[in-house]
Amino acid sequence: MNAQRLRGLIRKEALQILRDPSSIAIAFVMPFFLLLLFGYGVSLDARHVPVALVADHATAETSAFFAGFRQSPYFRPRTYADMAAARQALMERRVDGIIWLRSSFTRRAVRSATAPIGVIVNGVNANNARIIKGYVQGVWGLWLGTQAQERGESLVVPVDVRSRVWFNPALRSRDYLVPGLIAVIMTLIGALLTALVVAREWERGTMEALMASPATIAEILIGKVIPYFALGMGGMTLSVFMAIAVFAVPLVGSLWLLFACSALFLLTALGMGLLISTIARNQFVAGMIALVTTFLPAFILSGFIFDINSMPWPIRAITHIIAARYFVSTLQTLFLAGDVWPVIARNMAALGLIAVFFFVVVVRISHKRLD
Amino acid sequence: MDTPAPLLELHNVHKSFRVGKTRITAVADVSFLVRPGTITGLLGPDGAGKTTLMRLCAGLLVPNEGRVVALGFDSSKEAARIQQSVGYMPQRFGLYEDLTVQENLDLFSDLQGVPRETRAARYGELLRLTGLGPFGRRLARDLSGGMKQKLGLACTLVRPPRLLLLDEPTVGVDPISRRELWAIVSGLVEGQETGILISTAYLDEAERCGHVLLIHKGMVLEEGAPADFRERMAGRSFFATATGLSGRAIQAQVAGEEAFFDAVVQREGVRVVMRPGAHLPVLPGIAFVPVEPRFEDAFVERLRGVLAGTAGTAGTAGTAGTAGTAGTAGTAGTAGTAGTAGTAGTAGTANASDVMIEVRDLRRFFGSFEAVKSISFQVERGRIFGLLGANGAGKTTTFRMLCGLLPPSSGTLMVAGIDVRAAPAMARAHMGYMSQKFSLYGDLSVAQNLSFFSAAYGLKGTQRAARLRWAAEAFELAAFWDTNGNDLALGFKRRLALACALIHEPKILFLDEPTSGVDPLARREFWGRINALADSGVTIMVTTHFMEEAEYCDELVLMSLGSILAAGTPTEIRARVRTADRPNPTMEDAFVALIEEHEAQTRRAS
Repeated sequence: MNAQRLRGLIRKEALQILRDPSSIAIAFVMPFFLLLLFGYGVSLDARHVPVALVADHATAETSAFFAGFRQSPYFRPRTYADMAAARQALMERRVDGIIWLRSSFTRRAVRSATAPIGVIVNGVNANNARIIKGYVQGVWGLWLGTQAQERGESLVVPVDVRSRVWFNPALRSRDYLVPGLIAVIMTLIGALLTALVVAREWERGTMEALMASPATIAEILIGKVIPYFALGMGGMTLSVFMAIAVFAVPLVGSLWLLFACSALFLLTALGMGLLISTIARNQFVAGMIALVTTFLPAFILSGFIFDINSMPWPIRAITHIIAARYFVSTLQTLFLAGDVWPVIARNMAALGLIAVFFFVVVVRISHKRLD
Repeated sequence: MDTPAPLLELHNVHKSFRVGKTRITAVADVSFLVRPGTITGLLGPDGAGKTTLMRLCAGLLVPNEGRVVALGFDSSKEAARIQQSVGYMPQRFGLYEDLTVQENLDLFSDLQGVPRETRAARYGELLRLTGLGPFGRRLARDLSGGMKQKLGLACTLVRPPRLLLLDEPTVGVDPISRRELWAIVSGLVEGQETGILISTAYLDEAERCGHVLLIHKGMVLEEGAPADFRERMAGRSFFATATGLSGRAIQAQVAGEEAFFDAVVQREGVRVVMRPGAHLPVLPGIAFVPVEPRFEDAFVERLRGVLAGTAGTAGTAGTAGTAGTAGTAGTAGTAGTAGTAGTAGTAGTANASDVMIEVRDLRRFFGSFEAVKSISFQVERGRIFGLLGANGAGKTTTFRMLCGLLPPSSGTLMVAGIDVRAAPAMARAHMGYMSQKFSLYGDLSVAQNLSFFSAAYGLKGTQRAARLRWAAEAFELAAFWDTNGNDLALGFKRRLALACALIHEPKILFLDEPTSGVDPLARREFWGRINALADSGVTIMVTTHFMEEAEYCDELVLMSLGSILAAGTPTEIRARVRTADRPNPTMEDAFVALIEEHEAQTRRAS
């Protein structure tokens, strides 16, 4: 390792970054827009769900029951005259569910007999359907309670559930999606930065000149990693800042640990990018490979949205080789739960292994030869 | 005489590459030495294996068999040591285009471990040598082609290497920059310490080397000092003229003569080269004037000899060689006439007033920069017209305006009687275009490429089938009908490109450096076809800064800094720079002299 050569390579790379805005765009503009887009767009909370309310025979009781829906922030109810109209509205997706009170509802409810409620949910979006069902149950439970109170009775339930939600008491999905999103975005950016720049050297023929110079492979690779590591950490800082300032995600854990983990993760992403461009040697192909092999697995298989435990075992096995998996869990833990060392240590060890793997492979397959 | 130890030794080097399932031999049994104080030239056409040899010498490739020893280090074991000491300039030198001249020099100084204290002196020397001094802060991408090559050379020289490997440093560089590059390179060996290995596809550069290797298909055909070649060819080259006969008619007469192994049509006559020991034949009405032998003559002789040698039937193959060129030209001629049936009738009697391209007061501005300054010229039907100029002379801009790809700022532009400014698409229907690079679809077969281009030009039904048949026959492409473009040999790629350009029977054919880097035999074949096309009434427009090609033109215009400096036949243009101490100026001499004079005037005026 020769300090003069390495300094020369790093300075060259830095000058290129400053002159060619595409790297800066990848490192800063891309996370900015992706975070805005996904941060506001991706939400797993159902709010303002349009539901149809149908009472075959409207009475004071039915309106009292429906009032629960009207007051709930989760629903945007609309009243329909009969089931036929409501069914039509559901078909046309103007509403996602129907609450149907038959003409016998009032009579039975007043007699304290069991009153049937019809709940029809559009199951096309299974996830939303499940949420609606849950909310309907909540509204109905609340109504039962008020009814009992009015009659001076206490509602007798065999068990008393007192649930507490830890780390995210408000159950805001954004609070755990945004940290996961940062992991996904940084995977893409890290890999894209190095994948494109090394391929560019091959395309422009500058690699041959470097190869024929006294610089060693290690110097050439380190000369690439250091500047883009700095750039990637800049993008990371921007993302963390946006998470806290724009999306109001609480940061419970310590900032230094967050950056230490991010640095380690960035190395895995940069290493992957180096590997891609060493194989592809063409910017377009390298870009496509980087997108497909980093962004998609990070999105689907990292546990960012889809729960890993509910995947079948072969897919679960695959998730273990995806660096983003460990980083998603690390970031979610650091942001919401704090410095939980057992989790973080395990994840960092995995990230370290992956980073070492990529760099060893890259050094192994890179020769200062053209054949 | 004690010869200093060689800096580079190649012993029986073989190199082959696996392409798909086949192995392609790039270098076969090559041995040579490079000694200090000499420039050794690797001369050969594109695809001869020059770049592979250079990379083998730089330790970037390792031979399958044989040994490469550079500065005492064996490339199979100590490639890193070689790379620490040699200077290697790849063909597309890796300049960082978004770095300035100075930053590129700094980077390569860092890589080569040049101590900071000595840099200032070294930079000063290199910038003086390359004339890049005033451009230190300019980005490499904003330099002209010639300046880029000079900067590449400067970067290779930041630490003076004992062995310098230069891979085609003069490719794509105009003659003026070429001369400057050669002056720098020649200066480097003066100290008798440095040895240089340089490769080039321009055979006329052989004279500048101390030792020359002719490379063809990965093998060394011949080696020696340029003087040896000159001596061998002395007194065997002539220019044949006859009053009242066109060049092609003369060629038809001399082609049958056993005495000649080469006959190339040039404007008003034919350049012929005799076999060794032959006597000049007496042909009625034809006068032979002795001309300077060219290095290419030796190459062609050797290539034809090789053809004879491998065929086993030396005598017949030798004649087949000569007949081959004439023959293919002949078939192309007849086929061309048959193909362009409409114009064929007027072919021989092309009317002098039949103007196919007319350019009057053509100007083009890019912002406030005037790229083309009010130029005028006209081209008659069936002529081969050359547009010459240095890099940045406005050739490409003019060319694009002629093709209707770039609207002129002002002026008149008529092609085949159609106003290009008013109806560029209509004008383009009469044009064919063939570029320097292979610009066809490499993943499509020969047949598919031809079908696509015929469809793109709106050919249908029987007419289309007839043109495809014509292409298969005239260009002998039938054997490769289902071969993908990428898998064709270089020569066939060019044939296919020309066939595609001619598929719609254009009245005007545009050629952009069509034969730079092509081996001399393939070049003869190509120009044979072009001459036949011109005879059949197709107008040919050539843009080039390759002087060899200029000689094939009927008329030329020479452009510099956006205006036309000289116009006329090649002979007339050469005559303009004839002086007492330069009685026989070459086209390159004329080019350099006229452009330098013009640039000096312009600089004085501004």
